[in-house]
Amino acid sequence: MSNGFQIVVCGSLVPDPLQTLEPVTTPQGPGLKNETMLPSVLDPWSAHALFEAANLAKQVAGSKVWLVSLGPKAKLQQLMMTVAQKVPFELIAIDGNASGFTDAQQVATALADAILAIPGLDKSKLLVFGGCASASRDASVTMQSVCERLGISEFFAGVDEIKASADGSFRVLERIEGGQYLDSTCAGAPAVLAWATGNLPEPPNNPQVGMMNMRGVMPALQKAKPAAVGVGGIAYEKVEIPAQKRATRVVKDVTADDIAKEIIEWLKA
Amino acid sequence: MKVLALLHTENNMLPRAALETISVARSLGGELTVAIFGGSAATAANKLAGCGAAKFLVVEGEAFLQPRYSTDTAAATALIKAANPELILAPNTSRFARALPGVAQRVGAQVDTHIVGITAEGNSVKVQRWFYRQRILTTFARVARPWLLLVDGGIQAPYEGAAGTVAAEAVAVTQVDSRTTVNGVQAPAADAQTIRPDAQLLFVAGAGWTKKQKDGQYHIGEASTLIQGFLQKAKASLGSSKSLVDLKSEGQETLSFMSHMNQIGQTGSTPRHQKGLSTCCHGEEPHAVGWRFISERRAINIDANCGWAQGKADVVYIGDAFEIVSKINVLLG
Ligand SMILES: Cc1cc2nc3c(=O)[nH]c(=O)nc-3n(C[C@H](O)[C@H](O)[C@H](O)COP(=O)(O)OP(=O)(O)OC[C@H]3O[C@@H](n4cnc5c(N)ncnc54)[C@H](O)[C@@H]3O)c2cc1C
Repeated sequence: MSNGFQIVVCGSLVPDPLQTLEPVTTPQGPGLKNETMLPSVLDPWSAHALFEAANLAKQVAGSKVWLVSLGPKAKLQQLMMTVAQKVPFELIAIDGNASGFTDAQQVATALADAILAIPGLDKSKLLVFGGCASASRDASVTMQSVCERLGISEFFAGVDEIKASADGSFRVLERIEGGQYLDSTCAGAPAVLAWATGNLPEPPNNPQVGMMNMRGVMPALQKAKPAAVGVGGIAYEKVEIPAQKRATRVVKDVTADDIAKEIIEWLKA
Repeated sequence: MKVLALLHTENNMLPRAALETISVARSLGGELTVAIFGGSAATAANKLAGCGAAKFLVVEGEAFLQPRYSTDTAAATALIKAANPELILAPNTSRFARALPGVAQRVGAQVDTHIVGITAEGNSVKVQRWFYRQRILTTFARVARPWLLLVDGGIQAPYEGAAGTVAAEAVAVTQVDSRTTVNGVQAPAADAQTIRPDAQLLFVAGAGWTKKQKDGQYHIGEASTLIQGFLQKAKASLGSSKSLVDLKSEGQETLSFMSHMNQIGQTGSTPRHQKGLSTCCHGEEPHAVGWRFISERRAINIDANCGWAQGKADVVYIGDAFEIVSKINVLLG
C-alpha cells in the first residue's frame, strides 16, 4: 500500500458507565440530570476503533489518524486530557449536543460534513472507523448514515479484526449471530468500519503522545464549528427508568450440596 | 397504513427472527406486503402463505446469498421502492443491522433500531426502545414516513401459520459492483462454541473464577473444567463480565474458551434467555445491563456483602462457586 491510509475515527463522549443516570425533560427534548456535570468517557466502542486505527496506522507506513468528535466543546476539552494520552491523532471537534436522545441521522450529517472538509482528504485512501453502537443512543445507525453521505459502498459492522495486505486490500472479521464471524476481503479503501471490541488492550497513557496531540487539540477546539443536532423528528412521549428492584432472597449458611440441589430444581422447573 | 415486512433468508430458510417480525406486523393491522431476499426467497415466501399479506416480493440470485453491505443495501432498496410502504418492519439480525440503516438513507426513511415494543392506532405508531445501554426506556413516535424499524428478537412469538403457494413477484436489482468478497463464516472451535442464543439458561462467569481462592492459590484449570462441564450438561449459553474477558487481551492467564464475544453488559451484549445464573461476579454491568432481558435470575457469590446482585437477582446464594458448580455437575450426571 503506497502512501498509507487516511483513517478517520468518529467517536464522542458518553457518561462514565459507573454514573447513575436520571432522565429529565429539557426545552431541547429529553436529557440527563446534571448532564453537563457528569464525568464522561470516550464512547467505549469508538475508543476501540481509535486504538485499532492507531495500530493499523503503525503497520501501514504513511497512514494518519484523525478523531472526529461531536460534543459540547468544554466537555470535549476535558475528555481530551485522557484520550490524547493514548495514541497519536489529529482532532476535529464539532461543537454540539452529544446526548443519546438526538437523532442519529442528524449526527451523521454533521460528521460527514466534517470529514469532507478535512484538507487534503483523498477518498481513495479513506477508511472511516467508528463504534458499532454508542453507549448512549445504542442505535447502530450513525456509521451507515455517514457511509452513505460520503458515497462509500463498502461497510462493515461489529468489526473485531482488520488485516491489511501490501496491495491495499484488507480482510475483516465482523461479529454475527451465535459467536461466529463473517470473514470478508475488501479490495481496498474507501470503506467504513464500525468496530466492536477489536483485539487490543487499552494503551497505557503516554505523556509524549499526549504533548504531541495537545498541540493540535486546543486549536481544533477553538475552530470547532457548531452543529445543530437535536431530536429531529422524534416525538418522545415517555422517558423513564422502569422500576426494577427485585425482592432478592439471600441464601446463606447452607451447604454447597443443598444449594446445588436447589439450583438443579430451578434449572429443571 | 401500508406495512412492509422486510425479511431475508438464512441458509435458504426464514430465521426465527423473521417469523417474529411477521407476528409483529400482523399485530399492527394495515395492509401487509412481505418482501424477502436471499437464497430460496420464493420458497420461503410459501411458508408465509397464510399470514394475510396482500403481496409477496422477492429478490433472489447469487449476489444475495451472502450477507454483504453493498448487495444487501441494493436488494433492500429495490424491495422497499417496489412496495412503497409507510412503515417497514425488519428483524434486527446482524445482516439487517449492518445494511438497513444505510438503506433508510437511500429511500429517505426515518430509522430506529432495537425496537422492543410497538403499537398502532390507525396510522399513528408508537415504539419503545432503550437508551444508554438498557438503562432508560423510551416511548416515542415519528410523523414522517416511511419509517423503518429494526425489531429486536423475543417481543412476539414466531408466526406459525400454514404454508401454501404464493405468487411472489420477483423484483429486479440493478447490478452492484461490490469490492467485497465474502470468504465465509468462521465458527468458533468446538470447545469454544459457548454462545447459544436459543439456550434456556445464560451462565455468567465473572473474574472471581480467575482470582486466588481460599487456599491462596489460583485454580484456573479447574475453573475451565467446571464451567465447560456445566455448559455441556446444562446446555447453557456462556456470558462473561468485562473484567474476565479483558484478562485475555491483557495477556494474563484466563479461561481459554472465553472471548469478547461472550461479554455481556454495557460494552457487551444483552442476550435474551429465560434464566440467568451468575457466578463469581460482582459488577453492576452483568447484573443490571447484561441481564436486562433475563427473566429469572440467580447468583452465586462467596462474599455476602457483594451488593450488586441484590435487588437485581431473585436469589443470591452465598457460597463457593467452585464447590457448588462441581456438585451441580455431579447431579446433572
Ligand atoms: C467503559 C466501561 C464499560 C464497561 N462495560 C462492561 C460490560 O459491558 N460488562 C461488564 O461486565 N463490565 C463492564 N464494565 C466493568 C464493570 O464496571 C465491572 O468492573 C466488572 O463487571 C466487574 O467484573 P466481575 O464482577 O467479573 O469482577 P470482580 O469485580 O473482580 O468480582 C469478582 C467477584 O467474584 C467473587 N468470587 C471470587 N471467588 C469466588 C468463589 N470461589 N465463589 C463465588 N464468588 C467468588 C468475588 O466475591 C467478587 O464479587 C465496564 C467498565 C467501564 C469503565
